[in-house]
Amino acid sequence: MPNMSLNKVPMPEQDPKVRARNFEEVTLGYTEDMAVEEAERCLNCKNKPCVNGCPVGVRIPEFISRVKERDFYGAYEIIKSTNGLPAVCGRVCPQENQCEGKCVRGIKGEPVAIGRLERFVADYVMSGKAVPASKPQSNGKKVAVIGAGPAGLTCAGDLARMGYKVTIFEAFHVAGGVLMYGIPEFRLPKSIVSQEVNALKELGVEIMTNMVIGKVLSLDDIIDMGYEAAFIGSGAGLPNFMGIEGESLIGVCSANEYLTRINLMKGYLDEYDTPVIKSKNVAVVGGGNVAMDAARSAMRMGAEHVYIVYRRSEDELPARKEEVHHAKEEGIEFMLLNNPVKINGDENGRVSSMQCIKMQLGEPDESGRRRPEEVPGSEFDLEVDTVIMSIGTSPNPLIRTTTKGIEANRRGCLVVNEDMMTTREGIYAGGDAVTGAATVILAMGAGKQAAESIHKYISSK
Amino acid sequence: MFKIVTKRVLNEAVVLMEIEAPFIAKKAQPGQFIIFRIDEHGERVPLTIADFDREKGTVTIIYQIVGKSTEQLSKLNEGDAILDFVGPLGVPTHIEENAKSVCVVGGGVGCAIAYPQAKALFGRGIDTTVIAGFRNKDIVILEDEFKAASTNLIITTDDGSYGKQGFVTTALDELIQGGKKFDEVIAIGPVPMMKFVCDVTKKYGIKTTVSLNPIMIDGTGMCGGCRVTVGGETKYACVDGPDFDGHAVNFDELMKRNSTYREHEQNCRMLNQAK
Repeated sequence: MPNMSLNKVPMPEQDPKVRARNFEEVTLGYTEDMAVEEAERCLNCKNKPCVNGCPVGVRIPEFISRVKERDFYGAYEIIKSTNGLPAVCGRVCPQENQCEGKCVRGIKGEPVAIGRLERFVADYVMSGKAVPASKPQSNGKKVAVIGAGPAGLTCAGDLARMGYKVTIFEAFHVAGGVLMYGIPEFRLPKSIVSQEVNALKELGVEIMTNMVIGKVLSLDDIIDMGYEAAFIGSGAGLPNFMGIEGESLIGVCSANEYLTRINLMKGYLDEYDTPVIKSKNVAVVGGGNVAMDAARSAMRMGAEHVYIVYRRSEDELPARKEEVHHAKEEGIEFMLLNNPVKINGDENGRVSSMQCIKMQLGEPDESGRRRPEEVPGSEFDLEVDTVIMSIGTSPNPLIRTTTKGIEANRRGCLVVNEDMMTTREGIYAGGDAVTGAATVILAMGAGKQAAESIHKYISSK
Repeated sequence: MFKIVTKRVLNEAVVLMEIEAPFIAKKAQPGQFIIFRIDEHGERVPLTIADFDREKGTVTIIYQIVGKSTEQLSKLNEGDAILDFVGPLGVPTHIEENAKSVCVVGGGVGCAIAYPQAKALFGRGIDTTVIAGFRNKDIVILEDEFKAASTNLIITTDDGSYGKQGFVTTALDELIQGGKKFDEVIAIGPVPMMKFVCDVTKKYGIKTTVSLNPIMIDGTGMCGGCRVTVGGETKYACVDGPDFDGHAVNFDELMKRNSTYREHEQNCRMLNQAK
């Protein structure tokens, strides 16, 4: 008999008051017994709606069945056959809009905790004895991957398993992309990312760091070096600012900058040299996952008040539900239906407050969400010394401006066909470089699809 | 790892290092920069490229010891290596095809970056005037190099202990007043110096390019730390620059933003020295 409890088995977590001041992981993961108990909530439906909700098509009921049988290695094999980064996805995927959003159990009660189970299985296997990666038979063909973020790592892994000799060119000094510079340690421990990257190296993938493609090597140079195809997963680029008065004051920065200083450069640890702004009162503008990450990091860096300033209401917050829930527990103050008007500075050019205006929701706009409108005369000053802008990014210009034959749309996103090929033969692209800022799992899905297309392309040459 | 091939102490606070970085050396152009990180705990520090040797596969950097990272780097020796060295970043300096006479103005350690500009211009047969300004005689750098890469070299010192007494702006103004025609001025040095050079050239309507060195982390168009206001628009020094039209740059804002982490930087250096 399945476990008919309406609720997920709760996930053990650090106490909100304690964790709001440390960078250790918030959620602690299921024990074996908890995982089995939760797995038993899965009805193993015939039509598997959850699988359709997964951008990389993880065979969910199948792996959950193995968990029920306590065959955790078997479960891992099933997940890993379609998902290169299960420990990452289990933690950062927006499951409520994907697999869990389609789960039959969610019609009445909570859906099966697919994300938590995926994480459990990956952690179980990765913390246990190493599964020897069987190095695939080489087919002698070389493929280049630009960018070691979720899209690039997935594409490289899939191609390596098919026997290709893959080289990843990464601009930063470590591989991982947004998993390293963007998502904080307390949500995705960097040791997990390193483990996944090392697993790829064991498969024979070569990773060259400090290589900014478009600058140190052009894509043409790479093709001349004997690579038969290339995948561009260069990610999202320049952070957007609002264009309001006061954005150049000291104390205003992008979420990308703030998070990179903390995560990649480890500015939160004393023994690292990179400075981070010391803040008392912080306003984070935006309502996505990046905004939640920035706000919760600011709290951990010692701020007294951290506000999320978002122009729509709670229903429209694009962040994962769990992140919003955790942020609230940690004392982040949500100032919903508010929009910044200008940032005020003191005589030293430092932020002293941010003027906001109250908003109300009108008719739905082209995104289907109700359009926020200003409430006339409702301006007020919010006392802050730091403003972190987290309102999206525009794609990185380095490759398209230095490579002939690669077209981009008006927003600067690379144009690809249904096979993920750019307007130049043999050059593929995916992830944020194509879609604009999106999620880790969508980038992984794109990397996966591109790997299949590249295999087809090279095989038919 | 990137090996230090040559080290030369140019004056008490300025050091030259030639770093083995064959990929970068192959592509580097005047005006571009690199980012270095000494070790796992280090910052990413941007520095404009002072010279490069494509055959030897080396890139030369010249830096002033101002903070912990540069101090730490200055303690390393030939044969030592640093962990990360990435580039060439930014857009190379663009000089009009038909420019006949250009003035390169360098201030202090900024002369290190002015040098490859002068070398490239002089190499193209352009009439190249160099005005190199220093506080005093003891910190004059690259005099021989500039001599070999200019039609006319004017060295100024604030206290008159060497060359011409006064600021680079006075020397520049006098040249122009004296009838010297420049198609373009390139100014590289401390932000106030670049600002004052631009004030001079604006009077005469001479196009002026400045090389900016704002706060930066990745240097590839991701963090937005290096944003500067140019002609009322937000630009990013790492992908749109580091060169900009000096007459359009908001220097006052840049000076303020550059001071964001000053206190931290000073504390960090003092702690390091105390060790």
